[in-house]
Amino acid sequence: MNLQQHNISDNNFEQCIKCTICTVYCPVAAVNPAYPGPKQAGPDGERLRLKKSNFYDEALKYCINCKRCEVACPSNVKIGDIIQSARIKYSKKKPKLRDYILANTDIVGSLATPFAPIVNLALGLKPMKSVLDVALKIDHHRTFPKYSFGTFESWYKKQADKQKKFKEQVSYFHGCYANYNNPQLGKDLVKVFNALGIGVQLLRKEKCCGVALISNGLIGQAKKQAEVNMASIRESVLEKNIPVVATSSTCTFTIRDEYPHLLDIDTSDVRDNVELATRYIYRLLSITDVKLKFGKEKIKVAYHTPCHMEKLGWSYYSIELLKLIPNIELKVLDSQCCGIAGTYGFKKENYKTSQDIGASLFGQIEASDTDYVVTDCETCKWQIEMSTTKRCEHPISILAKALG
Amino acid sequence: MKFDTVIIGGGLSGLTCGIRLLQQGHRCAIVSSGQSALHFSSGSFDLLNVLPDGEAVTDPRRSVKDLIRMSPCHPYAKLGENKFGELAGESEAFLTGIGLPVQGDSMENHYRITPMGTLKPTWLSASDFAVSKSERELPWKKVSIFNIAGFLDFYPRFIADEFAKMGTKSDIHLFSLPDLDYLRRNPSELRSTNIARILDKESNKDELVRILGKVALDSEAIVFPACFGLENTNILAALRKAAGKPVYLIPTLPPSIIGIHTQQYMHDYFIHLGGVYMLGDTVKRADVEDNRVMRVYSYNHGNIPFNAGNIVLATGSYFSQGLIATRSRVYEPVFDLDVSYNPGREDWYNRNMFDRQNYQEFGVKTNETFNALCKGKVIENLYVSGALLEGFNPVKEGSGAGVSILSALFIADKILSK
Repeated sequence: MNLQQHNISDNNFEQCIKCTICTVYCPVAAVNPAYPGPKQAGPDGERLRLKKSNFYDEALKYCINCKRCEVACPSNVKIGDIIQSARIKYSKKKPKLRDYILANTDIVGSLATPFAPIVNLALGLKPMKSVLDVALKIDHHRTFPKYSFGTFESWYKKQADKQKKFKEQVSYFHGCYANYNNPQLGKDLVKVFNALGIGVQLLRKEKCCGVALISNGLIGQAKKQAEVNMASIRESVLEKNIPVVATSSTCTFTIRDEYPHLLDIDTSDVRDNVELATRYIYRLLSITDVKLKFGKEKIKVAYHTPCHMEKLGWSYYSIELLKLIPNIELKVLDSQCCGIAGTYGFKKENYKTSQDIGASLFGQIEASDTDYVVTDCETCKWQIEMSTTKRCEHPISILAKALG
Repeated sequence: MKFDTVIIGGGLSGLTCGIRLLQQGHRCAIVSSGQSALHFSSGSFDLLNVLPDGEAVTDPRRSVKDLIRMSPCHPYAKLGENKFGELAGESEAFLTGIGLPVQGDSMENHYRITPMGTLKPTWLSASDFAVSKSERELPWKKVSIFNIAGFLDFYPRFIADEFAKMGTKSDIHLFSLPDLDYLRRNPSELRSTNIARILDKESNKDELVRILGKVALDSEAIVFPACFGLENTNILAALRKAAGKPVYLIPTLPPSIIGIHTQQYMHDYFIHLGGVYMLGDTVKRADVEDNRVMRVYSYNHGNIPFNAGNIVLATGSYFSQGLIATRSRVYEPVFDLDVSYNPGREDWYNRNMFDRQNYQEFGVKTNETFNALCKGKVIENLYVSGALLEGFNPVKEGSGAGVSILSALFIADKILSK
């Protein structure tokens, strides 16, 4: 076999021609010189790490896994995956208590929601934030999203029978945010799908997609949760022929692409049937006569593209759906990273980097005359609400509102 | 997803075509696999510098008929002498019209200054860049060359030595700013982009003015490395005003700030006119029926196709994987179009890197109107634009940007006339 004829390197790292374009577009490299940049952290570093594993640089922890390096790469190198894989394989740093708390959203969510009013009150107090800052190094500028007094799943249980009556069905991967913090988003999704004549059901058993577990080095836990999710997804897609939709761009991306690339969990048999709700709806509206009837109320929104949406390439669908609302004034903000990168931005040592990355986006938002910023990623929503004066909603919630 | 035209490839050629189409109300989408070769631009665009027989060109519009005679498959040959001249003139108006100020004339090549301080002929240069009308001397007898301390991609010493050969004296000044010192924590990434982000900041302008003022300058002009103007194009004007003399840029080693700015500017302009730009996506396959492209499918969009009346393929050359070379063949990966290349690999290249290289002339075959050919058949709604085209040698002839821009304008006009 002529080896030169086949590209056998993982993540195409041998295709890298060291052009440095990835580093030009890295949000972290632009603001934090402690980070070597995607070229050095990724394919360039990989050449050295393959020779000797102690060439691994712990500074790779500054990578926010936004994948904008991959989006920019002219040579199809999976730079972000190379960096994350290297962190998983070579990093000697053990996750701290804080990382466990931030990453284990199912545990924290299940404990917090029954006591939501007290928890929310406590977490909002300045003294509490100072304690978290000093004891756990969770930056005191950060506000935890409020927990809901009752999960989305518990609300759904009461709707389950009604939903079964629809002829068409989708399974909804709700994710931690809709379940523990904002069941309204899930309710909005059910409303929009019902308006399309489609019923919504839950997966047999759903766990957090694991994106925070992966980035905090809790790989074993991430794999366990991924296996549970894959079993549920396979039951829905392969056995019941019911596609899976999600509202979170990051959950969708993690399940479809991070599971196989970073956790070695094959998703190829179901990947095409796990997608963002806005994509599913866009396709439906473009190939059938189904229509959504919106009210005439005026609304001004500014759409923000989350990094994982940029990678998926699917912001087109969310934007086109928003454009269907008759009296909407829609502005699309420049596609740039908001800086929070999930649990990353909550950590004290990353706070400055986070805010420096997002500064230009915040400036654009403050300068725009809008009622809402609209985005598909919940951590972007938190960042925008923590760092600007505007409220931020999911496109599905805007659609649900406009349905009246 | 319905568009009037889908352009595959979002670099200089794809964006020029897209903007031209949008200006006439056409609905356009660009799908681009990654960022473009503009990121390595010198800041100048070449139209025609040297004929295939080695003769230097001073007036491209006069010399093009000789080129056409020597290279009948050249993109300029397909345009013809008259169209070539017409589009070359229109290109200048097109660029300044969208807000990219350039200097130069298609009837008279001027000379750009390379990062090594030598002079090379060119067609259009960004207006802030140092140029000369003559190939033997510079417009100034004494210059001050500034550089950021520790910046390794700019060589004042080499530039000064070359300038001296042309009768120009230089003094060299290194400077720093507190913000740049912060960057130096990562010495291997003290590159043009990081530096440009600092030098573009309004808050550093006064310090730069002070640095210029501190040095007693009896020079006629000031030269800086091209690390300005990524986001903010006003800093140089302020420096000029403060110095009371011209301040010019000379390009650095990559990444090219002017190149990145040009790409981002054209991208933003395209979006501003209503275009949809999908970055980081690759077109994987097309449905072709009766020599027409019916729809194309991309990696990100999966089973949701692009439906368009016209497709423009502007995927670039080997760098952008518009052309792929294996050990035995050169092919075009999206549509598997007919590619013109030497059958024997030994004819692809010369061992001396600076000799003429045949592989630079390989590209996709088209008819006179840049329609793609597949197994000899003309695809009536698929056009090929830019570096991907057959029959020209961008490095030896100095014709890269000219081919990219002129073919893009021609194709846009062709589509609009249908």
